[in-house]
Amino acid sequence: MRTVSTRLAFVLVAIAALAAVGTAGGASKAGGTFVIAGASDPTYLDPALVSDGESFRVTEQIFEGLVTLKPGSTLIRPGLATKWFSKNGKDWTFLLRRHVKFTDGSPFNAAAVCANFNRQYNFRGPFQDSTANYYWQAVFYGYKHNDSSSLSKSLYKSCTAKGKNTAVIHLSTKSSSFLSALVISSFSMQSPKAMKKYGANKGELRNGTFYPTGTYAFSHPTGTGPFKFKQWVVGQKVVLVRNDHYWGKKPRISRVIVQPISNNTARVHALQSGEVNGADLVQPTDVPTIKKNKNLKLLNRPSFNVAYVTINSSHAPFNKLAVRQAVAYGLDRAGVVKSFYAGRAQVAQEFQPPQLFGWTSKVPKYPYNPDKAKSLLRSAGLSLPVNVDFWYPTNVSRPYMPSPGLNFQAFSASLEKSGFHVVPHSAPWRPDYVKHVNDGTAGDLNLIGWTGDFGDPDNFLGTFFKVYHPQFGFHNAKIFNILARASAETNLKKRIALYKQANIMIMKFLPAVPYAHSQPALGMQKKVRGYVPSPVGTDPFAGVYFGGQ
Amino acid sequence: MLRYLVRRLLLLIPILFGVSLLIFFWIRALPGGPAESLLGERATPQLVEEYRHRYGLDRPVYVQYWAYLKTTLSGDLGVSIADRRRVTYDIRQRFPATVELAIAAMVLAISVGVPLGFVAAKRHGGFFDNFSLVFSLIGISIPIFFLAIILKYIFAIRLGWLPSVGRESITSNAEHPTNFYILDAIIERDWAALGDTIKHLILPAIALGSIPLAIIMRITRASVLDVQNEDYVRTARAKGLPPATVDRRHVFRNALLPVTTIIGLQTGLLLSGAVLTETVFAFPGMGSWLRDAIFNRDYPVLQGGILFLAIVFVLVNLIVDVSYAFINPRIRYS
Repeated sequence: MRTVSTRLAFVLVAIAALAAVGTAGGASKAGGTFVIAGASDPTYLDPALVSDGESFRVTEQIFEGLVTLKPGSTLIRPGLATKWFSKNGKDWTFLLRRHVKFTDGSPFNAAAVCANFNRQYNFRGPFQDSTANYYWQAVFYGYKHNDSSSLSKSLYKSCTAKGKNTAVIHLSTKSSSFLSALVISSFSMQSPKAMKKYGANKGELRNGTFYPTGTYAFSHPTGTGPFKFKQWVVGQKVVLVRNDHYWGKKPRISRVIVQPISNNTARVHALQSGEVNGADLVQPTDVPTIKKNKNLKLLNRPSFNVAYVTINSSHAPFNKLAVRQAVAYGLDRAGVVKSFYAGRAQVAQEFQPPQLFGWTSKVPKYPYNPDKAKSLLRSAGLSLPVNVDFWYPTNVSRPYMPSPGLNFQAFSASLEKSGFHVVPHSAPWRPDYVKHVNDGTAGDLNLIGWTGDFGDPDNFLGTFFKVYHPQFGFHNAKIFNILARASAETNLKKRIALYKQANIMIMKFLPAVPYAHSQPALGMQKKVRGYVPSPVGTDPFAGVYFGGQ
Repeated sequence: MLRYLVRRLLLLIPILFGVSLLIFFWIRALPGGPAESLLGERATPQLVEEYRHRYGLDRPVYVQYWAYLKTTLSGDLGVSIADRRRVTYDIRQRFPATVELAIAAMVLAISVGVPLGFVAAKRHGGFFDNFSLVFSLIGISIPIFFLAIILKYIFAIRLGWLPSVGRESITSNAEHPTNFYILDAIIERDWAALGDTIKHLILPAIALGSIPLAIIMRITRASVLDVQNEDYVRTARAKGLPPATVDRRHVFRNALLPVTTIIGLQTGLLLSGAVLTETVFAFPGMGSWLRDAIFNRDYPVLQGGILFLAIVFVLVNLIVDVSYAFINPRIRYS
């Protein structure tokens, strides 16, 4: 026993001795370095070629768009353009900020704006990959030459540089939502000189996969932002340093390091041990851990998502309004939100978050009422119970739906009390479930949701209901029409009115039942100040600084 | 010996061909594909079709396999569908991390497991032997991720002695010409970086090495018990050789043979990617990379990564076989 104790002591001493080498938790103590943990590496650092949040987390600091968001909101404010206007909704004039330079020293001007838009408009072949150039396709629909028949005519037509400081973007049809979309990092301004020098437009198909052969997207991203690129060690970190020639208010921190930690618990552990200053994508289960720690604080990301129960209107008897209303009254939404969102969500009354313009309190409400649900089913000529094939995903936790299985069980129970007989059906999120939902083959009802990309109702209502989707299985010309009109309307007041009207129409028609707007959380060390989470997930780090504990 | 080596290396060809077939068809037997995985909520039927067409996933499987075989034979493992980097690039970045972790875990397992197993055998039936049995049972049965989290909680979060994630401190500016951080630190004579790297290896190595340690300990114990009852050991003792000499020359060396086999197999397994350990410690090696690739249905990464690991596994076993000749001169390959 004595021998064992001695050896055990030796091992512990050895560990302690090795621990003394170097500096523990040095990351957070290095003056002026802000370390934040995300979930994965960026894909590329060319924002035109990415659509994922982890890439945008980095590109948002290096690049700037013509317009930007007021921190913590979805309100548009001047970015590299100081003013903008359009008389007809098709020709948009942007007055550009003067004396701005890219970090390679080349000037930012109207020619650079047009070069950036024309670059994406002229993408061909692999550059038209829907996952790489997703946002161009989502906002502008197509290219100068579409290589795929599934692409539509481009909304973007051309760009005119009027002198150095005025750029005019010409659209093929009237659109207002495109202005809100310009806040997406994919449309930020990149140095044409650097893109040319480092082969940003060079790529090839290797084994069927697009691969950029230039070095721009990996090691030479060049923008006008408050930080500039320093180093990317794949799988370990992206290092940015302060842009000392930044045109605006210069950041107080001198360096930002973004560390990919894919495991949710490991991210929180790194925060607890002080190896990182901040951790994004904190799971609701980890919220109490952070709250209890005296060195940590919880930041709330403004809610910008919606969880909903799809009703497939192409399936009888859900083609009847009364049956859809019965579903809405039969879902105990308040109970689910209260029980499974750890106090970090509100009951959704419509399909867009309240922070976004166009939201209205005048939509029809459907509070949980099993008796009313039953009487609606009987009024539709149905005998009770009514069978309903209800799908939910497994192996997943989404920001808008942290516990799909528990949500399903609660909804199932409330529907059973409301005259339905639930036939449960589950599928793994990746890849079966989403495919079935989008194909319209995920039963009569299914659980799903959406996180917004940019601050425009078109990104919510338009995504779901502007055209026919097999997921919902309905044709309603009035809803399709009003959403198309709202998207094109250039007068903000009229747009707001149209979206309010659309929200009311949608909630009357009930193609689905929205049930939660959740509030994602970030964990930070208490000494981190000035961090303002963005509803769309692209948080600016320029305002971050360290205060005392 | 040379002929044996050549024969074993030639055997690699059918083995790798079989592995490539297995991987290729196994991956495609999984439900869904990369389009649905990567597009998430945005995976409309149109986009999925377009995606499949663009990446040639709508072609007959045998055509896809032939294309894969041709490019692989030319040394091109393709490009990741998810992160769009060359598979060979990621292997160069990540394999050194896994090698360092595997070696650290094995060094721990051997340096603790072999002496403990030897002592347990020498004190057969005593307290230490029973203690080592319990110790090894715990080592084998405790889930790695659980042990990893416990270790992190104690040594990283509560005591703050050791880091909880990564291969080096995030603010480190150490140079990494080879991507083997320990080797790099020695080459660069950067002792602070060496300490930092070792510090980052300790907890993952303990977690990862726990099972091999327990196995090596038990095998060593059993092997020593067998060998010390052999006639030649009795003869050596009868000749009047000191017990330490008998143990060193006759018992220990002969008992090492089965232990070497286990060490080889375990090293091969550890090099195949310590998925759980790498995930819990955010250690950027092959295991966490392949785990993500499975979730993303990233065909090129899975095909290239697993094929590469199969080669490594076979080569490690070949090295183990060859090492027998050095440990036991009676073994001759012809």
